[in-house]
Amino acid sequence: MKLAPDQKLDVREVLKDLARYRPRRKGWTWRTKIADHQVGPFVFKDTSENLEHSVPLPSAHDFGNIDPQCDFVITTEIASGRFEDDLRRMRMAAWHGADHIMVIRTTGQSHIDGLIEGTPEGVGGIPITRKQIRATRKALDAIEDEVGRPINFHSYVSGVAGPEIAVLFAEEGVNGAHQDPQYNVLYRGINMHRSFVDAAEAKRIMADAGILQLDGAHNANATAKEAWKVTPELFVQHAINTAYSRAVGMPAELIALSTVPPTAPPAPKLRLDLPYAVALRELFRGYKFRAQQNTRYIEADMMEATVTHVLDTLISRLTSADIQSTITPDEGRNIPWHYNNVAGVNTARQTLMGLDGVMELLALKQAGPLRDQAREVKERAVLFLEEILAGGGYYAAVAAGQFVDSGYFPERNGDGIVRHPDGGDGAGTVIPRAADYGAPVCSHFGDNVYTHEHGKPCDDYGGCTLCDPAEIQYIDELDADDNVETRLATPLAERTAGVLRPEVEKHGDGIVCVTLFVPASPDVAKAAALEMAKHMGLKDPEIISRRLMHPAEGSLFEIKGVLDVAVKIAALPMPAREEPLPEAEIEAWVRPRDIHVVAATVGEDEHSVGLHEILDIKHGGIEKYGFRCHDLGTSVPIARLLDVAQQTGARAVLISTIVTHAQVHEQHMRHLHALAQQRGMRQRVVLVAGGTQVTDELARECGMDAGFGRGTTGRDVASFLVRTLRAQESSWTKPLRGSFLSYLTQTW
Amino acid sequence: MSDEELHSYFWELTQKIVAPLIAEARTHTTPSIERSVLLRMGFSSIDAKALVNRMHERRLLGHGAGRLVLELAKSKGIAVREAGVALLSGRYWEDLGR
Repeated sequence: MKLAPDQKLDVREVLKDLARYRPRRKGWTWRTKIADHQVGPFVFKDTSENLEHSVPLPSAHDFGNIDPQCDFVITTEIASGRFEDDLRRMRMAAWHGADHIMVIRTTGQSHIDGLIEGTPEGVGGIPITRKQIRATRKALDAIEDEVGRPINFHSYVSGVAGPEIAVLFAEEGVNGAHQDPQYNVLYRGINMHRSFVDAAEAKRIMADAGILQLDGAHNANATAKEAWKVTPELFVQHAINTAYSRAVGMPAELIALSTVPPTAPPAPKLRLDLPYAVALRELFRGYKFRAQQNTRYIEADMMEATVTHVLDTLISRLTSADIQSTITPDEGRNIPWHYNNVAGVNTARQTLMGLDGVMELLALKQAGPLRDQAREVKERAVLFLEEILAGGGYYAAVAAGQFVDSGYFPERNGDGIVRHPDGGDGAGTVIPRAADYGAPVCSHFGDNVYTHEHGKPCDDYGGCTLCDPAEIQYIDELDADDNVETRLATPLAERTAGVLRPEVEKHGDGIVCVTLFVPASPDVAKAAALEMAKHMGLKDPEIISRRLMHPAEGSLFEIKGVLDVAVKIAALPMPAREEPLPEAEIEAWVRPRDIHVVAATVGEDEHSVGLHEILDIKHGGIEKYGFRCHDLGTSVPIARLLDVAQQTGARAVLISTIVTHAQVHEQHMRHLHALAQQRGMRQRVVLVAGGTQVTDELARECGMDAGFGRGTTGRDVASFLVRTLRAQESSWTKPLRGSFLSYLTQTW
Repeated sequence: MSDEELHSYFWELTQKIVAPLIAEARTHTTPSIERSVLLRMGFSSIDAKALVNRMHERRLLGHGAGRLVLELAKSKGIAVREAGVALLSGRYWEDLGR
């Protein structure tokens, strides 16, 4: 399967021949760091290989459209509930720099005792099934070929079916997974004996498949009343899962600690979070760090969330990280929308590129509060471990409510999570192995009569699925109604009919978001905002963010609603878009002709940057093709442009008009056209206007031959000039064929 | 205590907490572990679940679901999957765990 950048991802193609699909590799892939990496005009210190296809940051067009890639793997988390829609979101995120795609599981899968099959729809995530992950891995293979970088696919090995899900992931080429029995115990109410016994088997399978493990300690940040007080316990949780994994045989390089800077402004974030981050990296030297962004203190305001996430990412660069995970800025108000996955990825990308090489300039002060605070949190963690042992071990500690207590340990507030060793989901299902216990398969943990000294435990019957994938049993669908084929009926019919709807999450969901400020007190403004949204034709309008500007002067609202409108592509007014000419063709035509062009920013207008972009050779302007440019500068009267055009015999006049107050830009264009006519020059000179508020349509209406707006390049303008001048020459020469003298006379 | 000594002590305490948990995992199994073994032996998730449920009801899981199926296949001279299918159809249960 191969993707073309101008073609949509074809879900039908993804679903084709899935029964025979095999993953191309197993295990995790890190980015390849490049020292002193020259990208465009800069030498980068903390970057990895460039992508073949990507969407650069918006400002990149000022730097030659470079798109340097940081050295951290970047994560995005996806949770729409429909895997077929998730694939498009993954492709968009990959084009913006994500190479770790984490797929959230549907609500309740933790409690399903066994595997799910087929493609049922989920809530807040997808049901993890063989078909869904196989299809996703297949699509990601094509996406990674398109962007030119391996993409790590990730989900969760938790709940009461951990070992089976681990087998599934090993078989299907899933590259990373959360696995932490403490998460089951504390947050899923699963029996603790069951969780730990299952975890050992799951970890053994993951280790052999090279699957990177993330732990679950970050959940304590997200649930703690005061997240900065849970820091000693976070060290304890990281340590228990890490030591348990090592005892099972997982190598250090596959163990990643999931760590979140605990606080957010207005708390003094860096002063609290930085010593903690330093202490963690010292205690856990040799392991990997998955730096997550803060979710605990996200509200509905996306700008606020973004600033917190920039600071989180700053902490990653000031300390260290192997993976920079991203949180969508809308997580505080809804299940993430797809374009907010891209926004989250770009927050990390922009921040990390801005911080490139900063540690060559800075060092953290080792004397003073940083060292004192780092030491203090480590000592508190040690006291916590001593308390667990004194109380009879891990199970007894959980039963005593020692975890996720809101006190700053050793302070205790008595409000920790309490679980009983004999209770919870799956209680009573842990069975002692008999003396003849056997498991004739690879990647098995613990006592086993099939541990052959020579050969593999599965040799007796021709090999297990981990050795011979042909033995994997693939189930397609079990539910005749709840499956991808049923769900695809409408999207495919609409695509065939050439119909488009807006969307934020699932195909054709119709959801749009409008921003409006209402100048009234909060309650009045709220009611008015909703009423206005109804007048815009939005169904089910709902306020998803409200920001008080002033108690009396007004509030800002973001309102989501359904725009139940389908637009037919065939009926759209599509202005014909002309491709720019090849550069060599422009130059070959222009250079021998010695064509003069006069240009200036007109009126009372001191903006010069835009015009320089179009003219100057160093900005890729039209000079480089051989045009003789006369730049008269800024605030130039129209008459002066035409004077110089007459003196130089210019064939084109270019004006830049940025100021638009009282439609002055339109007046300039009309004046230029009128004055050129008055002087009898209009037929001889091509008139072109450019500016941020100029469109081709508007310019032509004002008498120009063309108008160019935002994003125009010198090549665009040069192409237009060559096409127009070429057409002029052609129209002059046709009736005068054979008369070169007449041609020259006509021209000048 | 120096920082390095503190780190060593931290990990020493952690090992003590983890040791009994690992010992339990080494010597115990669960229905999910047994289903994962059957999956690896080439059974579908549906068959693995049905086999493990029936073995659990008969208190046979302590021998290992995979071992029960493999040894049955060997003794009957049939393939592993064939042995599983036979068990699902109600045959050979009396031969298990001997």
